Amino acid sequence: MSASSPILESNSPTGPIADRWANHRFDLKLINPANRRKFSVLVVGTGLAGAAAAATLAEQGYSVKSLCIQDSPRRAHSIAAQGGINAAKNYPNDGDSIYRLFYDTVKGGDFRARESNVYRLAEISNQIIDQCAAQGVPFAREYGGLLANRSFGGAQVSRTFYARGQTGQQLLLGAYSALMRQVASGGVELLTRREMVDLVTVDGVAAGVIARNLVTGEFERHSADAVLLCTGGYGNVFYLSTNAQASNVAAAWKCHKKGAFFANPCFTQIHPTCIPVSGKHQSKLTLMSESLRNDGRVWVPKDNTDRRTPSEIPEDARDYYLERRYPSFGNLVPRDVASRAAKAECDKGRGVGDSNLSVYLDFGDAIRRDGAPLIAEKYGNLFQMYEMITGENPYKTPMRIYPAVHYTMGGLWVDYNLQSSVPGLFVLGEANFSDHGANRLGASALMQGLSDGYFVAPATITAHLASGKVQRLNTDHPAFAEAEAEATARSSKLLGVQGGRTVESLHQELGQIMWDNVGMARTAEGLKGAISSIRSLREEFWNEVRVPGEASHLNPSLERAGRVADFMEFGELMAVDALAREESCGGHFREEHQSADGEAARDDENFSHAAAWEHKGIEQPKELHKEKLTFDYVQPSTRSYK
Amino acid sequence: MKLTLNIWRQAGPESEGQFETHALDGVSEDMSFLEMLDLLNQKLVMSGREAVAFDHDCREGICGMCSLVINGEAHGPVKGTTTCQLHMRSFSDGDQIVIEPFRAAAFPIIRDLVVDRSSFDSIIMAGGFISARTGSAPDGNAILVPKTDSDKAMDAAACIGCGGCVAACPNAAAMLFTAAKVTHLASLPQGQPERQSRVLSMVKEMDEQGFGNCTNERECEAACPKEISVATIAQMNRDYLKAAIFTD
Repeated sequence: MSASSPILESNSPTGPIADRWANHRFDLKLINPANRRKFSVLVVGTGLAGAAAAATLAEQGYSVKSLCIQDSPRRAHSIAAQGGINAAKNYPNDGDSIYRLFYDTVKGGDFRARESNVYRLAEISNQIIDQCAAQGVPFAREYGGLLANRSFGGAQVSRTFYARGQTGQQLLLGAYSALMRQVASGGVELLTRREMVDLVTVDGVAAGVIARNLVTGEFERHSADAVLLCTGGYGNVFYLSTNAQASNVAAAWKCHKKGAFFANPCFTQIHPTCIPVSGKHQSKLTLMSESLRNDGRVWVPKDNTDRRTPSEIPEDARDYYLERRYPSFGNLVPRDVASRAAKAECDKGRGVGDSNLSVYLDFGDAIRRDGAPLIAEKYGNLFQMYEMITGENPYKTPMRIYPAVHYTMGGLWVDYNLQSSVPGLFVLGEANFSDHGANRLGASALMQGLSDGYFVAPATITAHLASGKVQRLNTDHPAFAEAEAEATARSSKLLGVQGGRTVESLHQELGQIMWDNVGMARTAEGLKGAISSIRSLREEFWNEVRVPGEASHLNPSLERAGRVADFMEFGELMAVDALAREESCGGHFREEHQSADGEAARDDENFSHAAAWEHKGIEQPKELHKEKLTFDYVQPSTRSYK
Repeated sequence: MKLTLNIWRQAGPESEGQFETHALDGVSEDMSFLEMLDLLNQKLVMSGREAVAFDHDCREGICGMCSLVINGEAHGPVKGTTTCQLHMRSFSDGDQIVIEPFRAAAFPIIRDLVVDRSSFDSIIMAGGFISARTGSAPDGNAILVPKTDSDKAMDAAACIGCGGCVAACPNAAAMLFTAAKVTHLASLPQGQPERQSRVLSMVKEMDEQGFGNCTNERECEAACPKEISVATIAQMNRDYLKAAIFTD
């Protein structure tokens, strides 16, 4: 944290920003098509980033092996993305451009992302749409057959492409079909129901992974000349999130412990429009597309003792607080702002519902204005889903919503080539930290996953493969035996505790600590308390966890225990990072650092950097490396939505 | 509410399975069906027994990982709903619920309620794609797709690959799954070059994986959580016939 923190170089190209990616690609070494098959690439994860990368690398001729944790690569959590994918096509002719998408993303990320990466992302966005359309992704169309666009997440232009409310599904199935085509032709060896349990390094260079076959319980050794980690985000550290049950930090965390720096772990996105928690039994939270805020009006009763049903509360007793506080953006303020505002109302005791932890999202005016059929056409599936989960009919009574953990901008630190601080280990998609800064804009996650997978990593992987650092090891190397022995011992240790608490109850307790102290609003005091609570809970975990069954068969309890054990370590790093970042920016809000009217107060002088943490042992303090962020094009300014 | 659960337990693919009965108290109507099973599992674990293994992931009805035959119906009693989206308010206090895995020769049981559906991946591998190498695509708007065709493609592409159609079919046929992909790609101009070879090889693979034949029971459509229409099967049959006659 001191001024003497080591400085980290991003290897970003210089020169005019619009030429950087093209020049960089030209400068990268190439590998002759006939020689590519001699290089083995291991891709961990089959979401948008992983499936796209595995398919593309196989098309180029590399020998690819792909691991996925589910029973099929078609299941990864990218599939659940609803809203859409941004691209700078400017088809609607409404003033969009690559530069504008770049500008909006840097600004939306609250000036904590790397300019070169963001520009490249905006540039590639157009190729992604072309690629996906060619694969047969059924994007929404105009009657004339052209691609349709909509405005999303408060953007001032219509740049979002979508496939009904299932854009993530359709893009993932596109990447999955490209992947399966390569599996069929022998370009990719696909191994399903495999969980990566460790990274193997030799002399600090990635040499492969240890994976557990979840069906037989066996540990397997997989060597490779390069490893691509495409394992998603860590939102489930909060126990309740919109992530899938299997989403976890374990693979990234193991890489961190083997030398990969973890950057900005405190940057998490809390999405404002989720279905509120209904009780202790709840295992996940369900997001509803934020497109709902285009027509829904958010409000709470002015008087916090007002327990009348919403229809009985007259207009003048309602506080449409987003419209009041942000007259120009109103209900369409960015996610971080909307989430914090909902929390602020609930903290004042004005929350609604049994738990007082929700606010109304009211379609009454929209239905009176446009009629129920038009509203049904736009949001029918979301209304149906809401009713299925809550038992309430949103055509008749306002929805109740509350923020929920949704996406993690932090992740393993990578340079411009997406290479981590471990040579030969590349990190793609949500698992890396690079493009969204402190806050991600709507419809940008799909764009980044596919950009990394289809276009960036397949070009930049030669930065390692042609570097002369490739060791061409096989799994007989002692480093594999050592890592496998460690993984086996850990699994026996988990099974051996036989304590008095289930994995779920310990995970739930960790989640509560994280949500209360490392959630939407953070204080130094709360974070310090969280660090010590997490440490004692971690100790309790290893003394009290009860994992039934054996390691030698399908054992979901054991799988989950391993992942929660890693969250118990990772949660502490999140709190440490949040404590070190003495400013508020994007999704990171420190109560000590706010303006007089309660808005985030950024400190560019001291914190215009990515904080990349180096592991020094679990009980040892981490070492902070700083990557200085320079803004040559988009001058940092205060985000204002008033 | 209080329930009696009859659950299929099976240690492994070769083991013999049997039903196990559990009384479960303290179930809230706001729980999802899988949260009810979580509750059961926590109780089992604390009483020194192994948790019931079942597949699940997104718990919002889109990944297609969850399965289960509930009281004889794939994905349970509510139409257009996956097991993970089914809530306990669809049941009543005192109910007895029978929970089984998806049963089909092409979906061997791995453990308890978990089955192996990799046969679906094999069908996709046989041709459920458009060959479009990364980087070789024309501008997105260079390919015009009439909205009606695009909508038809999307209706079929909504399939989540859960296998509920197979579990519901008395013949354990994978016709609806296969037809959904065939129809999705056949509805689009991009899918035309491989249209004939695709349908022939996907149908062949479907047979080789051990799925049964279609006898127009329409149970698949009734069970499908995404309400994919059996019209896709008609489309596939037409395409197959044409391809079988006209392909060299």
